[in-house]
Amino acid sequence: MLAILVEDRPGVLTRVSGLFSRRGYNIQNIAVGRTMEPGISRMTVTVEADPLTVEQIVKQLNKLVNVLKVSDMTDEPSVGRELMLVKVKAEPGRRSEIQQMAATFRAKIIDLSPDSMIIEVTGDEQKLHAFLMMMQEFGIKEIASTGKISLLRGSKITRDMKA
Amino acid sequence: MRLTGAQMVLACLEAEGVDVIFGFPGGAVLTLYDEIFKKGIRHILTRHEQGAAHAADGYARASGKPGVVIATSGPGATNLVTGIATAYMDSIPLVAITGQVATSFIGTDAFQEADITGITMPITKHNYLIKDINELPYVLKEAFYVASTGRKGPVLIDLPKDLQAQEGDFAYPAQVEMSTYRPTYEGHTGQIARAANAIKKAQRPLLYAGGGVISSGAHEELLELSRKVSIPVTTTLTGMGGVPCDYDYFLGMPGMHGTYAANNAINESDLLIAVGARFDDRVTGKLETFAPQAQIIHIDIDPAEIGKNVVTHIPIVGDVKLVLKELLKRLQPADGDIHNTREWCQKVLEWKASNPLRYRQEPGSCLKPQYVIEELYRLTGGEAIVTTDVGQHQMWAAQYYRVKRPRALISSGGLGTMGFGFPAAIGAQMAFPEKQVVCIAGDGSFQMNSQELATAVCYNIPVKVAIINNQYLGMVRQWQKFFYGGRYAHSSLAGSPDFVSLAEAYGASGFRVTRPEEVAAAIEAALNTPGPVVIDFQVDPEENVLPMVAPNTSIVEMIGGEE
Repeated sequence: MLAILVEDRPGVLTRVSGLFSRRGYNIQNIAVGRTMEPGISRMTVTVEADPLTVEQIVKQLNKLVNVLKVSDMTDEPSVGRELMLVKVKAEPGRRSEIQQMAATFRAKIIDLSPDSMIIEVTGDEQKLHAFLMMMQEFGIKEIASTGKISLLRGSKITRDMKA
Repeated sequence: MRLTGAQMVLACLEAEGVDVIFGFPGGAVLTLYDEIFKKGIRHILTRHEQGAAHAADGYARASGKPGVVIATSGPGATNLVTGIATAYMDSIPLVAITGQVATSFIGTDAFQEADITGITMPITKHNYLIKDINELPYVLKEAFYVASTGRKGPVLIDLPKDLQAQEGDFAYPAQVEMSTYRPTYEGHTGQIARAANAIKKAQRPLLYAGGGVISSGAHEELLELSRKVSIPVTTTLTGMGGVPCDYDYFLGMPGMHGTYAANNAINESDLLIAVGARFDDRVTGKLETFAPQAQIIHIDIDPAEIGKNVVTHIPIVGDVKLVLKELLKRLQPADGDIHNTREWCQKVLEWKASNPLRYRQEPGSCLKPQYVIEELYRLTGGEAIVTTDVGQHQMWAAQYYRVKRPRALISSGGLGTMGFGFPAAIGAQMAFPEKQVVCIAGDGSFQMNSQELATAVCYNIPVKVAIINNQYLGMVRQWQKFFYGGRYAHSSLAGSPDFVSLAEAYGASGFRVTRPEEVAAAIEAALNTPGPVVIDFQVDPEENVLPMVAPNTSIVEMIGGEE
């Protein structure tokens, strides 16, 4: 997993994702969002690759002129979360059952209609997978999810990691 | 100061000391060209934008200064693509300025609109689409800075038509402020010390030098290192001239068409010192069998090159000139004798002496391409700037035109672009009007940009073009002969034009040579003829480039390597 700090300029996402595709690296998951610094965005990219390839990816990313800092968080203690919205069928007779399950997963119901609900759930990949498995019996209509984002545990910040 | 976008571009070119630009006008750069007209900056109008890009590249390779090329939007810009990619693969500083449709039209599929920043993203070091006139002064400064620092490379600025006419405040920035781009120049002292120790301990050291030596101007340091501690040197195609080819310890080129001595030295070396080289597949052959006994020191300005293709034992990121200077301080002449490197040197020099590059030119028989190049070398005193296209003639040029100094052999190494040589020669001649510039071309490659004869004639650019005419796409034919059962699928160029008449039609001079005894007189005549000259050397169509290492095999498995 890589945390990439980039200048927030048009085309930066294309530069980063284009680099992955043209050098044959596979992005499993990507999330982009703002940081505390104006003009700097943070990309969190999960790639499936051996350590030598990851090292090469980091070096190639560092060569992009708009890239400020690339941190390989793979071997660092960190917390990672993904947010998922799940629209599930909810006939009036089954709502309380769904509510109970959502509570178990510390998920929130954020929309309700006569025959459906939208549930907001956050967590790591395993938790979200488990939650989806549970929701399947009610009938999942649609899901939307963010990519995974993460921070280092403790007071250290990614910007201070050595390159 | 209030200036229009077009005026800002010209002010920038002046501030950067640009003395010549190459280009081709069109709708989206009319305003810019109007300013070029008014300012009177030297501009070479080529006959195709690709020619302009290669000419700017040739100028940069010959002079070391960034080349500048201008084209219009859409097809003008896309015609630059091959030229930009060529420069990118060989890390050549280039600034390309393209016109773009007016900002209000961007994204509407307007006439002659193409997303050239999108198209060139993977083949530029960086690129910019200007959408606000206030960004332009800084971007111009940054573009030249990025192109010509660190690992050099092409940079493109896409400038919409309306902004060329729009006024803005202009002050050319004195320096750039980039938090995201900071090349490393000084090598890590600890690593340099480790490298020095490894050199002291090595019994069979070898220097493997690439284009980075030329780019950083490290040729003197390279030669000094080789001399000081007695280390033989092999240089890649783009590293040619890194040491003089007549230097005793120079082994020639390594790799696919490398020499017996260079490839065997790599194979037996116990310490390979890679200097500004990138372990390209044409050099290494099968990676698993490359330099199997060697520890590897890799000096390069681009950290991403280190460990990319081979495992490096002592990586040193930095400018090779600065790193070599530091390394030299830590080595004494006696260090070369500690472990009998003299014995190794002797062995290597024996390989060199007993297995030289060779061919046979029978008097009165079919003309051999190698002989043509040897005669070119002899009659230019080895002092010409030689550009090449790509293919067999390129390899023969690298093998037999034994350049003595850096920036004297100009060739598309990484991308292998046919059609590069002639426009690059025009660019090189613009950088050095007084020097002899010779383009060694193939009959196939020359036809990819022969329209630039008009450019050479119009500006009286006295480039001499030696076409090694074997009536084939010779390297394709050679591979078909060796690896495809001799089936010459569409590699015959029979039916090509009469190159002498072609030259004359453009107003250039032409000579034809079919027999070995005519070669010297024709070259002398060409060199003494003012203006551009084409010599059509009709050579043995079936001659092969040897030695040859089949792709993905060990570089010591050479076809035609040993006597």
